[in-house]
Amino acid sequence: MGKSLFEKVWDAHAVCDLPNGQTQLLIGTHLIHEVTSPQAFGMLTEKGIPVKYPERTFATVDHIVPTNEIREPYSDSLAQAMIEELRRNCEEHGIRFFDTTTGMQGIVHIVGPEQGITQPGTTIACGDSHTSTHGAFGAIAFGIGTSQVRDVLATQTMALNKLKVRRINVDGKLAPGVYAKDVILHIIRTLGVNGGTGFAYEYGGEVFDNFSMEERMTVCNMSIEGGARAGYVNPDETTFAYLKGRPYAPHGRDWEAAVERWKSFASDEDCVYDDEVTIRAEEIAPTVTWGINPGQGVFIDQAIPRTEEGNTASERAAIEEALEHMQFKGGEPIRGTRINVAFLGSCTNGRLSDLKEVASYLKGRTVHPDVQAICVPGSQAVSRIAQDLGLDTIFKEAGFEWRGAGCSMCLAMNPDKLVGDQICASSSNRNFKGRQGSVTGRTLLMSPLMVAAAAVTGEVSDAREVFGILEPAGV
Amino acid sequence: MSLAKITEVTGRGVPVNGDDIDTDRIIPARFMKCVTFDGLGEYVFYDVRRNEDGTERAHPLNDPRFAGASILISGSNFGCGSSREHAPQAIYRAGFRAVIAEGFAEIFFGNSIQLGMPCVTADGKDLDVLRAAVNADPELPITIDIVKKEIRFDGGKCIPCEIREGARNALTNGKWDPLQDLLSHEEEVEAVASSLPYMTGR
Ligand code: SF4
Repeated sequence: MGKSLFEKVWDAHAVCDLPNGQTQLLIGTHLIHEVTSPQAFGMLTEKGIPVKYPERTFATVDHIVPTNEIREPYSDSLAQAMIEELRRNCEEHGIRFFDTTTGMQGIVHIVGPEQGITQPGTTIACGDSHTSTHGAFGAIAFGIGTSQVRDVLATQTMALNKLKVRRINVDGKLAPGVYAKDVILHIIRTLGVNGGTGFAYEYGGEVFDNFSMEERMTVCNMSIEGGARAGYVNPDETTFAYLKGRPYAPHGRDWEAAVERWKSFASDEDCVYDDEVTIRAEEIAPTVTWGINPGQGVFIDQAIPRTEEGNTASERAAIEEALEHMQFKGGEPIRGTRINVAFLGSCTNGRLSDLKEVASYLKGRTVHPDVQAICVPGSQAVSRIAQDLGLDTIFKEAGFEWRGAGCSMCLAMNPDKLVGDQICASSSNRNFKGRQGSVTGRTLLMSPLMVAAAAVTGEVSDAREVFGILEPAGV
Repeated sequence: MSLAKITEVTGRGVPVNGDDIDTDRIIPARFMKCVTFDGLGEYVFYDVRRNEDGTERAHPLNDPRFAGASILISGSNFGCGSSREHAPQAIYRAGFRAVIAEGFAEIFFGNSIQLGMPCVTADGKDLDVLRAAVNADPELPITIDIVKKEIRFDGGKCIPCEIREGARNALTNGKWDPLQDLLSHEEEVEAVASSLPYMTGR
């Protein structure tokens, strides 16, 4: 019987079984950032333990960096203290740090892939739940807590329970104006926000075969919102083409050998999954969340659910709580909901292809006067290329603020925050209460182009209509 | 240093109702601007406990009847969202030593066990009985027996609970923080590392 990629990578990295029944797994690549690492370094120092393989840990700063201030010290002294702490820890332990002055800084899940650090057949961990993003390359990538960051620094391993694997096929073709973001929001809505507990999601089928790496990353990124700790796509020619020539990818003669090895990690044809789900691409329409968890979404043409539509008492309570927070009425259409802020960015949708796609439709349009629209490139590299292509001018002319790289309003640990009960059309990944920096703030998750459509019209709109994306004429 | 063997936790309970309670709710991101976990306990569930002007809102954790509780009782998918260990750390530092819920998000569960804070699941109907008992008498001592996988309270009442076998072993054998075990396999780790081209610089 064949094996899945998950099993192959797991087996190649398993060190031994631990007395508690878990597996000691080697973590080949460790990514760190300023929020979840300082306590881990503190624990090491306390115990006098060195970093085992400093060259296998890579650091960047993303959560707290202000996107409209370049010079330090930052006006937020806590943010300044955190960046200094990371600098000090990296220097002390000999860890590569993509600092703000390197031109390579950015959101950790954007930096890893674009530097070629994220590779197929590897294990990756980071003290951040969206580490699942890196699975797009056929890596097994886990979000971990700070004590585990400590474990990986100290031993390059961690204690883990093996996951089951659920194969998710998305077959058929997506309609124009339907994006990777809609695919994952639809998967989460279909399987539930905790449907993936205990599973790694293997995404495949025609839609994923045709997806670019950046689209695959968008989907893998939000595996965690579906409860799956890891999500991945088998590596193929698209993967290899993306990696070729990137700074940390293998070069020269090593390249050919690496590609051969990477191919061998792909799931075998005859492997048996613990579960399998198939979704038709044609059923997916642009999706918008109306509630306070990422599974509370509807298609743009659908109505916000009524409390009584919940199947169980707890579902009804969840709908009621969400409606109350969002100040929405069940049964009303989501379309037409007025927005105050449009946020384009995050590790889900802050990549070059996201910005390019939006810019191609935004040219010549203007942001609605009642809307504050901000575009935050996911990394300095994304920002630089976007500027070379003149995308920044398109955004600025349309009325978007063009910002420096970072997490920004995805979780509002920097000065970018909602105020009061503002509603934000957001390309990020979480719509939890208070997520965007105001306790009463309201977040509507959607694809980047849907964010742009909302920015232009001032309300939740169907991007396909706003930007004249026509259905194909038929055959 | 050997770790305590955690076979049971006894204390008073406090129900924090609701499903899908996420880590942003448990500890809002702005309190994560810190380089140590000290002091996080003060901010646990901050935004649901306080109004924007800092005054207290009605919340079980503000209710003097539940002051001193050390067992948190909640709904399904507790601790979903970000991987921030700040969440279980804040709960632990607020004085809690165990969480009972209908279900836990994966990362939260692992983070909690690694702190030596058991997380056990119980059936919704059984939890209703437990919550009712705690609401009727907040002084009621509750015992989570990790060995027998049961929760005892109110004289003879007893409901079954579940905890993943690996976590149960880890807690009851004093192996909940794996660092010592991980450190003891250095040679095996190096052997695996040298078999992986990307670890050796190719
Ligand atoms: S962009 Fe948002 S989700 Fe991604 S790492 Fe930053 S804060 Fe986390």
